[in-house]
Amino acid sequence: MSHRETITVTVQRGSAATGQHMQEFQVPAYESQTVLDVVSWIQQNTDPTLTYRFACRVGMCGSCAMMVNGVPRWTCRTHVKKVLKDQRIDIAPLRNLPVLKDLAVDMDPFFDKWVAAEGRHHPSIGRDAPIPAINPEAAARQVASAGIECINCSICYAACDTVANDPDYLGPAALQRAWTVYNDAKDADRGAILDAVSGKGGCHSCHSMGSCTAYCPNGLDPLSAIAGLKRATTRRFFGGGA
Amino acid sequence: MSRVARAHPLWLAYILHRLSGLLLALFLPFHFLVLSLALHNAARLDAFLTLAEIPVIKLSETALVFLLAVHMFGGLRLMALEWLPWSGAQKTWAASAAAGAVFLSFLFLMRAI
Amino acid sequence: MTPFHLYMAQRLSALVMAPFVLVHLGVMIYAIQGGLTAAEILGRTQGSLFWFLFYGMFVIAVALHAALGLRVILAEWAGLRGGVLNGVSTAIGLGLLGLGAHAVWAVTAGGGA
Repeated sequence: MSHRETITVTVQRGSAATGQHMQEFQVPAYESQTVLDVVSWIQQNTDPTLTYRFACRVGMCGSCAMMVNGVPRWTCRTHVKKVLKDQRIDIAPLRNLPVLKDLAVDMDPFFDKWVAAEGRHHPSIGRDAPIPAINPEAAARQVASAGIECINCSICYAACDTVANDPDYLGPAALQRAWTVYNDAKDADRGAILDAVSGKGGCHSCHSMGSCTAYCPNGLDPLSAIAGLKRATTRRFFGGGA
Repeated sequence: MSRVARAHPLWLAYILHRLSGLLLALFLPFHFLVLSLALHNAARLDAFLTLAEIPVIKLSETALVFLLAVHMFGGLRLMALEWLPWSGAQKTWAASAAAGAVFLSFLFLMRAI
Repeated sequence: MTPFHLYMAQRLSALVMAPFVLVHLGVMIYAIQGGLTAAEILGRTQGSLFWFLFYGMFVIAVALHAALGLRVILAEWAGLRGGVLNGVSTAIGLGLLGLGAHAVWAVTAGGGA
């Protein structure tokens, strides 16, 4: 691929408040190039007012997720070659979140729901007590460990139609976090977690369409985590305790 | 654009479950009303049942058998996913549910014609 | 009714219905051959306590299950919320229950032909 070749990039501009439109850019094609490289090239060479968000560029911080050809992706680790169709790419802000400007969305609803799902540690001992040993082979620990690599990128939240259809739905990331904490041997209030995920917009709103698991860039499985919460709440209903 | 994000097997299983449930729920009142004819007017019920000889009605009935079977098999898959520790192989189970429904509705059609 | 109770009612009514649906599918596939007549249907069901209980419980479960399923669809796809959502889905459930009970009575208990 010679450097003179270009790709046509369509970028969604504006916000709901100012009105949105699609703008086309010509970006030079390189042999090795990520979608984030393309967005950065536009901002540095064509239009410095283009607003987007990124930080680490290596798939750890979870801040650069966007819709690429209609699919939510972490743009820093998405090669252009993988998504290029007829030398074109469509880039838009993440779905299901309010657009602040251009490609930057307001992540507040996502993190507010994270808190609402009670996915926080409930201490069982004080800070001066000795640290109890955790067996990494224990079944519950393995279940908890399966979800801890979440980078809060909100790709699952953008992929989910239930989030789109139900503004109260807590969403896959928050519920997976709740399931992780629920399976942590050091957590002292599993009942509070089940209460939080049993309310309006909780785990029972999920229809198991699995877009979260299908599109998670880290290969996590929120679908199964949410199923786990449904199972735990059902067991509690039949007297199985929290 | 967002259509692309949905093109995976479990999303298709979800929309199939929702639409089959919706159509079955819409069909149910007519089903009940027709059967209620038996109470006062068996002749009218018979007249209605002879409509089933029309090919397009037979195909519609076959479609209803498919909707009922796929909704039941798909629903059993969801309950197994939620209540049993069976989160693996969901795509295979979803495909099996659709295949089972196709088989039953085909069996129905073969006996109907 | 909390969202969790609605969920449990939806799943339990489904679980109750699964064997009914299987038998219903079996009867349909068996009975469709050679066409249906009112006499054939009523000959099987009229005066039968078994079919009265079978279809009676089926109708109760399906009225609940369909109303809860439509409730979700009305909320997600039609944007209904709160009292309107509860009112409409309750009306759907009671309507289906009434029509279904009438149909069961017509084919199992009534004077028929």
